[in-house]
Amino acid sequence: MKVVYKRPELLTDAHFSYCGGCGHGIINKLLAEIIEEEKLSEKAILVWPIGCSVYADQNFKVDSICALHGRAPSVGTGLKRALPENAVIVYQGDGDLVSEGMAEIMHAAIRGEKFSVIFVNNAIFGMTGGQMAPTTLLGQETTTSPYGRKVETSGYPVKMAELISNVQGCYFSERVYVNNPKNIMNAKKAIRKAIQYQMEGKGLSFVEVVSQCPTGWGVKPLDSLKMVETEMSKEYPLGVFKDMGVNGN
Amino acid sequence: MGEKVFMQGNMALAEAAIRAGCKYYFGYPITPASEILEYYAEKMPEENGVFVQAETEVSASNMIAGVAAAGKRAMMATSGPGISLGAEAISFMCAAQLPAVLVNVMRPGPGDGDIVACQGDYFQAVKGAGHGDYNTIVLAPYSAQEMVDFAFEAFELAEKYRNPVMILSDGGLAKMMESVELPDRITPDIQFPWALTGAKNRSANVITTCAKSPKQWEEYNLVLQEKFKKMKDAEQKWESYKTEDADVIVVAFGISARIALSAVKMARENNMKVGMIRPITLWPFPEKAFKGLEDKYFFVTELNAGQMVEDVRLSVKDKEKVSFYGRLGGMTPTPKELYEKLIELYKEHKLDANI
Amino acid sequence: MNLVKIDIERCKECGYCINFCPKKVVLEKGTSINKRGYYPAVVAKQEECIACGTCAKVCPEAAIEVIKDFEGQEV
Repeated sequence: MKVVYKRPELLTDAHFSYCGGCGHGIINKLLAEIIEEEKLSEKAILVWPIGCSVYADQNFKVDSICALHGRAPSVGTGLKRALPENAVIVYQGDGDLVSEGMAEIMHAAIRGEKFSVIFVNNAIFGMTGGQMAPTTLLGQETTTSPYGRKVETSGYPVKMAELISNVQGCYFSERVYVNNPKNIMNAKKAIRKAIQYQMEGKGLSFVEVVSQCPTGWGVKPLDSLKMVETEMSKEYPLGVFKDMGVNGN
Repeated sequence: MGEKVFMQGNMALAEAAIRAGCKYYFGYPITPASEILEYYAEKMPEENGVFVQAETEVSASNMIAGVAAAGKRAMMATSGPGISLGAEAISFMCAAQLPAVLVNVMRPGPGDGDIVACQGDYFQAVKGAGHGDYNTIVLAPYSAQEMVDFAFEAFELAEKYRNPVMILSDGGLAKMMESVELPDRITPDIQFPWALTGAKNRSANVITTCAKSPKQWEEYNLVLQEKFKKMKDAEQKWESYKTEDADVIVVAFGISARIALSAVKMARENNMKVGMIRPITLWPFPEKAFKGLEDKYFFVTELNAGQMVEDVRLSVKDKEKVSFYGRLGGMTPTPKELYEKLIELYKEHKLDANI
Repeated sequence: MNLVKIDIERCKECGYCINFCPKKVVLEKGTSINKRGYYPAVVAKQEECIACGTCAKVCPEAAIEVIKDFEGQEV
C-alpha cells in the first residue's frame, strides 16, 4: 500500500475561499507541499496580500500576516531583516504587486531582499469583481475595460518576470503556469527553487504564476485552462528570465 | 546614572532609541527629521542592527509593521508629509495590534510647506491620520531631555498596549542642542507570544486585519476600543505651573510651551497671576489637568491655526473663557509678543484690578 | 485495488480531475449536490484507476487522495 497523494498536513481543514477551478488553490497547495517537503513549517512566515488570497492565512498551519494592499514586499522586508533565518514567502496577486505595490516589489528587488515571491498573474482584479489590472490583456473585457483594454487609454500589459529580472538584486525569475499536470509540476519545481535559494541566503527570488480565473474571464474552468494556452501565453510566455545559479551570490 | 552630553534634539532621540534597544530603523530622508535617519545609518553596523532607507515612507512604515510583527523594537522618524504617507500603515498597526514608535518632526504645512518649527500636524497626530476608529498615544517633548526620556517611554507604552505610539517633535526642538543625560542601555528580550517567529512548538500565529464578518469585526473593534479607553484613563500626562492662584492659564505644548513659559514669568514679574498647563500626552488629552480650574481664563497658544484649542474647549466647563493665539508658516512668537497678548486679555476681562 | 478518495464537500465541480485522468473513465461528474451547491466528481470505475495521482495533483481544492494497492475496505 502506498500513498500516492495525500492532502498536505500543513493545510488546515478550512476550505479554500477561491472560485471553482481557480489557479490560487493549486498554487496554495503546491506551496503547502513544498514547505512540508523542505521541512520549513517551523521557519516559514507567509505574507499574504489583499486580493483573492486575502484569507489564505486560515488555510496554513504556519505563521502568517496579511499585509495591506501592495505592501507585502515591505512587510516581508521588515520580517526578513528581523528574522534572517526564517523562510519569508511573499504571496501576491497582480493588482497587489503590479499595480498598488509596484514600487515596493521593484525596490525589494533593487535592495536584493532575501525573501521569495510568488506572484499570481490572472490578468484581472479578482476579489473586487473583475476590474482591469496592469496585466489585463489588450482587448480583454473587464468591468473597467468594458470595450476591451485599449493601448491608447490604458497602455500595455506588464511582463513582470522579465521586468524584475533586469534588476540586479533579483537572483531568480521564472514564469510558470498551472493549467495542466506538466505545467503544475514545473511550477512546483520553480517555487521550490525560489525557496531553496532563499534558504541559501540568495537575493530576491521571484516566480510569476500565470493563473486561470474562470469567474473573472467569464468562462468555464476547463475553458480557462485553454485560455492560458491560447491567450495568456502570447503575452506571458513560459520561461526562466534569470537564474544566478547555485553558486551565484 | 547616565552620561551627560550636549546633543541636538534629533540625535538625542536617536541615541536614546538605540539605548532603548531599538535596533531596527526604516525611514526616508525628510527635513527636519533626517539626522535621526543619518544617526541610525551610522550606528547600526556597530550595533549589528538593521538600517534600511526605503523607497518611500509608505514602504518604510510597512517595513516597521513587519519588524513589529516579529516582536522586535522598530522606529521610523519623519515629518508631516511622511506621516501622511504612512497613515495607512499606522491604522494597520493599530488594527493588527503591533507595537512600534513613529516620530513626527513637524514642519509647516499644508502641502510641501517649509522646514522649520510648526505644530500644524496636531490633528493629524491626535485625531488619526489614517482610516477607521483608532488612537495612538502621542507624546509631545519640549526639550532634548524629554526626547531621550520619551524614546524609552514610547517603546514601553507601545508594548504595554500593543499599539503604535507617536512622538510629536518639531523642526525647532529637533535642531536645538541642549545638555541631556542619557540613561544606560537596556537590551529588551521580551518574547511576545503573538509574534511571528515561525510556528515552533506552538500553533501558528496569524496577524491579519481582514474582517471575517461585520459581527466579528465589531467584536474585534470593541476589544480595541477597550484598550484605547484604558490608555485614556491611565496615561494622561501634563505639567502644571502656578495654576492654583492663576487668573489666566496659558495652555501650550512642545516648543510653544518653551516660549510661553518665558511670557508667563514676565507676567508673574508684573504681578499678573498667570499659570501654565503643558500637555505632555496630546492623546490621551490631559482633561484631568483642568479639574478644579473652572473659574479660570485659558489662553491657548500654538504654532498653527488653532487645533489643540478645540481639545481645551472640550475639557473646560465654560468654552467662552478659552482664547487662542497662533502663528503660522513657521513663524514663532516672541515671549514679549505673548506677554502683550496676556495684557490685552487682562484688560478685556478687567482682571487688571488684581495687579 | 487502487483507491481514489474525493472529499465531496470540498469539490467545486471544476472538472479538472475528470479531464486529466489518463484513463478517462475513472471519474465522472456526480449527480448528487454538496452543501455548496456543486455536483462533486465521483469515482465511476475504481478498478480502472492506475494510481498515477494526476487527479489529486490538478485538484485546486486538495480534495482528492490516491492510494496505490489499497488493502483495507473502503466503504
